This record gives sequence, C-alpha cells and structure tokens, in this order.
Amino acid sequence: MATKERPFVEIDGVSMQYGGVEGTLALRDATLNVARGEFVVVVGPSGCGKSTLMKLVSGLWPSSAGSVIVGGQEVDRPLSVVGMAFQNPTLLPWRNILSNVMLPLEVVEPHRRRLRRERAAYEDKAHRLLAMVGLAGFEKRFPYQLSGGMQQRASLCRALVHDPELLMLDEPFGALDIFTREDLWAQLQEVCLTLKPTVILVTHDLREAVFLADRVLVMSSRPGRILAERTVPFDRPRSLDDTYKQDFQDLVHELRDHINAARKGGEIADAA
Amino acid sequence: MPPDQGSPTPRRGSDPAPRPGDDSAPRRGEANARRVEALAAAARRRRRLQTLLPWIIIAATFLLWEVLVRGLQIDAFILPAPSAIAASMIQWWEPLLSNAWQTLMTTLVGFGLAIVFGLALGVAIGSSTLLYHGLYPLLIGFNSVPKVAVVPILVIWFGIGTVPAIITAFLISFFPIVVNVATGIATVEPELRDVLRALGARPVDIIRKVGLPRAMPYFFASLKIAITVAFVGSILAETVGSNSGIGQLMLSASSRFDVPLVFAGLMVTAVMGVVMYAVAVAIEERTTGWATRGQAEQNVTSLPGG
Repeated sequence: MATKERPFVEIDGVSMQYGGVEGTLALRDATLNVARGEFVVVVGPSGCGKSTLMKLVSGLWPSSAGSVIVGGQEVDRPLSVVGMAFQNPTLLPWRNILSNVMLPLEVVEPHRRRLRRERAAYEDKAHRLLAMVGLAGFEKRFPYQLSGGMQQRASLCRALVHDPELLMLDEPFGALDIFTREDLWAQLQEVCLTLKPTVILVTHDLREAVFLADRVLVMSSRPGRILAERTVPFDRPRSLDDTYKQDFQDLVHELRDHINAARKGGEIADAA
Repeated sequence: MPPDQGSPTPRRGSDPAPRPGDDSAPRRGEANARRVEALAAAARRRRRLQTLLPWIIIAATFLLWEVLVRGLQIDAFILPAPSAIAASMIQWWEPLLSNAWQTLMTTLVGFGLAIVFGLALGVAIGSSTLLYHGLYPLLIGFNSVPKVAVVPILVIWFGIGTVPAIITAFLISFFPIVVNVATGIATVEPELRDVLRALGARPVDIIRKVGLPRAMPYFFASLKIAITVAFVGSILAETVGSNSGIGQLMLSASSRFDVPLVFAGLMVTAVMGVVMYAVAVAIEERTTGWATRGQAEQNVTSLPGG
C-alpha cells in the first residue's frame, strides 16, 4: 500500500501462542494497518482470535511474534492513548456512573495531574459524554441500578473520556438484545463523527460491521489470519433504514460467504 | 412461592364469570388496591417484628432463667438469677465500669493494631502470589498456637499489666483480617483489572482503585469476627496476667466465690461485644452498600412466607 501518511496502527506479522511451544496457536501472522481516524471492524467465526488480536494491540498481552506499532510507538505494554471497552460493561460496582466514567482520568497523564484542579471541567466533559449516549440524569446511580444496555453505554463513555487516539471495542454490544444494539450503533456512529477517533471494533455481527465500518476485515478460524478485506462505500451518517437496502444487504451477504468459507476451512483444518 | 403471586388479576375459583358491560373492571381495580395495601401492611408488620424480636427473645431468656432458678431453687453459688446479677451490678457498678473501660480500651488498641497490620499484610499477600505462597504456612502455624499459651510468655517479656492484654487481643484478631483482605484482593475479577491495565495503570493504582475497594466487604466481614475475638484475647490475658480489667475482676470475684459478680462481668463483656459488633455493622453498611444491595431490596419487598 502506498500511503502518503504512516498508518496510525501497524500490525505486522503478529502471532500468538498460548501455553508454551506445544500450546494453541490462536493467531497466525496477522498483518493489518489502520489509518488515523479510520473505523476498522474485524469479523470472524467464534474462537478465531479476534479478542486475542485486541489484547495484543492494547498491549494487555505480549505477542509471540511480530510487532504492533501504535502512533509510531512499539506496543510492549498497555498504552494510555488507547481507550478500551469490553464485551461486559466491567463498571466498578462501588462507584457511581459519573465516577466510573471519570476513572481513566485518575490514571492517565496528563489528566491525572490536572484532575484535582480542573475537576469541574472534567466533570462537565463526562456529563456531556453521558448525555451524548442518553444517560443524562443517571450520573449518581450505581451500575446495578442500570440495565445492561445503559451500563454498556457508560462503559463506552469511560473508554472515550480521556480523549484516546485509538478506541478498541471488543464485542461491546455482544451481550445486548438487538434493539438496544441498534440504538447503540447509531449512538456510537454519532460519537465517532463528533470525536473522530481511530477505532478498531471486533464483532461477529455482520450488519453491525457494515453499519459502522470504513473497512471490514474477515478473519479465518483458529489460528486466525486475515482472509479478506472490504471497504464499505456508504455515506455517513448511515441510518438503520440503510441496513435494509439492497447494496447494504449484498455486502453483508458477501461477508457472510467469506465467514462460511472461513468456518469450513477451519473444520477441514481441524479434521486434518 | 405460588406461581401467580403478585399477578395483577388474581383469579378465584368462586368468582362468577364476568358479565359483559358490568362494572367488574373498576371493582377488580379496587380489589387489587386493597390487595396491594394488605401486602404492604403485612410487610410493615414483618419489619416491626424484625426490629422487636431480638429484644423480646432477650427478655424472654432472662425471664425463663429467673423462673428456673427460683422454681428449682438453684443456689446462687451455682447459677445466680438475673435479679441477683443485676443487684450485684448495682452494688459493684464503680469497679465494673472502670474495669470494663480498661478492657474496652485494651481491646480497641489491640484491635486497631490488628486492623493496621492486618490490612497491610492482607494487601501484600493478596496482590502477590509469591508472598502468598511464601507467608501463608507461617501465618497458619502462628494462628494455630493457642493464645492462652502465649500469654505467660508475654508476661515474662512485658510484665503483668496492659501490654500483654493488648498484644493478645492483637494476635487473636489479626489473622481473620489478613485472610479476608487477602482473599478480597486475590479474587478481583481479571476483567476489572484489565480495565485499569489497558489504561497503563501502575500496579499500585490497580490495588488502590480496584483491589482495595473490592476487598472492603471482605474486610468488614472480618472486622465483625475480629472485634469479638479481640475481647476474647484481652479478657484471656487479663485473667492470666493482669491487675486490672474485667477478666481480672471476674477472676478475683470467683476466688471470693462471688458468682453473681462473675456473671455481672460476663454480662458487661457481652454488652461491649454486641455494641462493638453493631458499630462494625453500621460502618459496613455505610461504606459497602453496593455489595449488599440485593439483601436491602429484598427486605423491603419480600412477602410473608416468600
């Protein structure tokens, strides 16, 4: 690829093997680049190493081979320019929603240093983020008083509050019902159009992938490799109605075929 | 629980089939309102009973005790009646109060030391597998030593007095705190830890923001155990080697065969234990309400027999 600018995220030949030399190979030779401000969605059958990829890029785990570079910096430990949301909301049950959202500010520099002096401004920002996802008025509630969808929205706000340059979303809507999920797609799109972060999202929902992505990557089943890549041409903002249009459906079906092929390939490989 | 409990339209076998166009709907609404009101009243009665019940049971126990002692004409030397104990309390209120104060202070100092060191060691052991495996056998061995056997050694080291009692209270209440805090920190969900790790948090941050708050319910649970055993420790040491405190008072009373006074000492100790336990519970409820929210809600909404 001949790009004018250096990609923001460069994943080069990354592999991950669990449990020593004899262990499971979860990810094999994954290579992908993400440009600054791009929204990339990784799809694949379950157990294909999507989450492993996320853990490696976020620096939570060290890779067995290859290199991950984010913003020109080799990832050998977690980077604070990353905001991350997981499949579960993982809110701290002893903190109210506002203070859960503010958590990254207590950890990440330079906010950590400024937090005491500029508390009001930061709280303002958290309030604005919460309002953006429809959680205004719930700041003082505790996580257990909110539904799963609301908790997930709060966790999204937490991932965004320290202005991360890279947003890593690991199946963030996977545990939600379809209506809530669709709501959150629209809200995430809106948030991304406003804040313009670089996003890597992992999912197994193909409609979700096509709705949100600039580019969709299809991974094979274990050991995961990147099989196919598809740019999503539709204009933004996309509406939920768009997801029922013919060209949208066609793209979903095309991805579906890739996934089916990947799963069959996996079964053959397993049998061999 | 019957399956249709709380359903908005209770069906009764004796009800005639509703005729079309009659006013059964409003009447049914009224019946529902009455039903809700009745349930609420039942819940209120249940709550009142819950607060009164401990007092009723205590009073009944003393009453039964009194009746038995008088009816069977048990000698006060064997088992004094509550009235005799109360009389002894009034007669000896001054030494009882001053010695109880001494015991309370001794216990609280020992308990406070146990909190400080228990928290510190619990955090250290809970957050490091290496320390956990390294120190645990020693701790268990230490805890298995009967404290009554340690007191004479402490008396040899520090002399008769308050210090051995403080140390015994500390030794006996230290272990439950360490174990609970360590468990609370060691069982932090990896997902919660990852939330902070992904932000590049230092290990100290992770302990402060996740480990410690997560361990608080465990910590308070251990305080409830620790405060009661701390009394055991201080009174034990006072009986073996001290010249003040409730333990010493009971010892000297029993050597004078003043059994009612011994029992008076026991009563005072029990009251102190209950009060300190209640303080621990109150602090626990204020600080770790998030961990017991389910129970609190259940208390409000549970139905009789539910």
